Amino acid sequence: MIEFFFQFLWALDATLRVATPLMLCAMAGIFSERSGIVDISLEGKLLSGAFVAATIASLTGSAWLGLGGAICASVLMSLLHGFACITHKGDQVVSGVAINFLASGLTVILGIAIFKRGGQTPTLSSDERFRPIELWFVDILDNIPILGSVYRELISGHSLLVYVALICVPVASFILYRTRFGLRLRAVGESPIAVDSAGVSVTWLRYRALIVGGVFCGIAGAYLSISHGANFVREMSAGKGYIALAAVIFGNWRPIRAFWACLMFGFLDAITSRLQGVDLPIIGEIPSQLMVALPYIMTILLLSGFIGRPSPPSAIGLPYRK
Amino acid sequence: MSVRKPLPRWADLILLPFINLCAAFFVCGIVVWIIGENPWNALIVMIKGAFIYPGSLGYTLYYTTNFIFTGLAVATAFHANLFNIGGEGQAYVGSLGILLATALFAPYLPGIFVILLCIVCSALMGAAWALIPGYLQAKRGSHVVITTIMFNFLASALMVWLLAGPLIQIGQQSPQSDLIPKNAHLPSAETFFGWFGIDVASSPLNLSFLVALIALFVFWVLIWKTRLGYEIRAVGKNQDAANYAGINVSRTIIITMTISGAFAGLLAINEVMGVQHRAILNFTAGYGFTGIAVALMGRNHPIGIFFASLLFGALFQGGAELDFEFKSITRDMVLLIQGMIILFSGALAYMFNPALSRILTRVLKGGEHDD
Repeated sequence: MIEFFFQFLWALDATLRVATPLMLCAMAGIFSERSGIVDISLEGKLLSGAFVAATIASLTGSAWLGLGGAICASVLMSLLHGFACITHKGDQVVSGVAINFLASGLTVILGIAIFKRGGQTPTLSSDERFRPIELWFVDILDNIPILGSVYRELISGHSLLVYVALICVPVASFILYRTRFGLRLRAVGESPIAVDSAGVSVTWLRYRALIVGGVFCGIAGAYLSISHGANFVREMSAGKGYIALAAVIFGNWRPIRAFWACLMFGFLDAITSRLQGVDLPIIGEIPSQLMVALPYIMTILLLSGFIGRPSPPSAIGLPYRK
Repeated sequence: MSVRKPLPRWADLILLPFINLCAAFFVCGIVVWIIGENPWNALIVMIKGAFIYPGSLGYTLYYTTNFIFTGLAVATAFHANLFNIGGEGQAYVGSLGILLATALFAPYLPGIFVILLCIVCSALMGAAWALIPGYLQAKRGSHVVITTIMFNFLASALMVWLLAGPLIQIGQQSPQSDLIPKNAHLPSAETFFGWFGIDVASSPLNLSFLVALIALFVFWVLIWKTRLGYEIRAVGKNQDAANYAGINVSRTIIITMTISGAFAGLLAINEVMGVQHRAILNFTAGYGFTGIAVALMGRNHPIGIFFASLLFGALFQGGAELDFEFKSITRDMVLLIQGMIILFSGALAYMFNPALSRILTRVLKGGEHDD
């Protein structure tokens, strides 16, 4: 029983680590999509953030500068997306695909040019990264039977960026539902013409939504390469941006629900490696590829209205023409 | 403010795409310059690598074959205003059609029939993989952009499972299927020209190139010469109008996606029947995504798609040459070029339009001002 309890705790702990970049990217996706801009470029922003974070951290020795650089790079990608599909009213999906290609190409090309290691960045030492933080009172709470272990294993001992991600979710929800900016942002995704006739700039509002998304993706990228990992590896985002997009849809374009979707997808990811080769009672061994496919299958079923009813923003994907 | 006149047809079809292409290459050139290499030299190396060196043309045309198929897949969907990002997955699953057909028919039928059946089955499998997103969009309202992305991941998971499990070659550790029987191999260009006593350099180019050319023609007939093509274009222009005119919109969407998937599925014949002679892990190597760039550059027209495919074929083959000639630029440059081309000929396709139309009006009217 104790054995199982700790197994479960470690699985949850791993879930949190895996779900962190998903949460941040999902919040980015929600801001962008609620403002009416399809964002399949989450993947590219995540990748470029990861690359710039590792590069700057390696060159300057400062994780904080790395984080700042990652945010700048990701915001730049967002601005490019905005330039193409807000200013020039280009196709949002095409622009997203382009950004993903640019990120794949540029990160490797620049990586080789700077470090000459086939696209990887040098391994960072521990003070060039965001290290796990021991929270307060771990030792005192340790004496309490179950709660102490939960606190030590699950809640304490993550890097700063994990806590940032956890805070970002309620913050995103607050901005969207409790501020004037959030109200307008949701309105511009439903009916830009109404926002426009109220005298608010649709263009600037959508740009701001994309910039906020860029910040989130940048933090996520930094988490991948200078917190969770210790260097940048080519294509290290490995589809996480798309999973985050699936979580956005699964969460019906709402931050808190998307957060739960991220945790669920993260949990699936975390237990996949643990279940490999394990014979479960009754069902037997689950092929790991099925676990990999599960988030996508669930999202497709949800999108098709087989479980629940998705309600995407009405004006999503449509450029606004006066 | 005067209403801007549309560009003349030749400028819209040739000049504007050319300017967009130049802009894409120009930006890539700047990147090459920033990392300290000479962009002009890089271009020369790529052109030599793509066309001049012995056998290089064969490689270029082999890549071209792939891009024709995936470009047609994306273009077919574009005509109905659908965005099929799933070419990658559809092509990947297309290989299952070939494996299935060879298992069923190869022992009993002569080569030519086996090859034809394999071609049909690869198209059918690709079509089936696109049919589901098409159906879900038409009947259940989920957008194909998202569902086809998800189906790429599903295809990848399915193929990894199959190639590492049920279909793995006996006694092999790496995930790949058994070799397909000899009578299902598509003859290479070398063999083909050998029949006529002509000597060509060895390359992966094979008869699927001809199938690709036929597919281009079929696409042209389908889109512009048949009733279905008219319906596809009508749905793409305006669903409500098409519906009002008595076109069954959801049926058309499903059929369009099916045809689109069939074109993508055909990519598998080049890789599986022509080159590898087995299904291997990730043989699609991003060709499906490149199809998006091809369709955008080729303006969804068969002639445009052919030349865009040729360009990308040359880029892929020439890009490989960069690895040998330069220390700091590699074939990954091609990813950047693709991104730039998709950006400039897709998302920013009309950025230069106002400027160009102003210049053209001025030039054509001999300096007369009209605005």
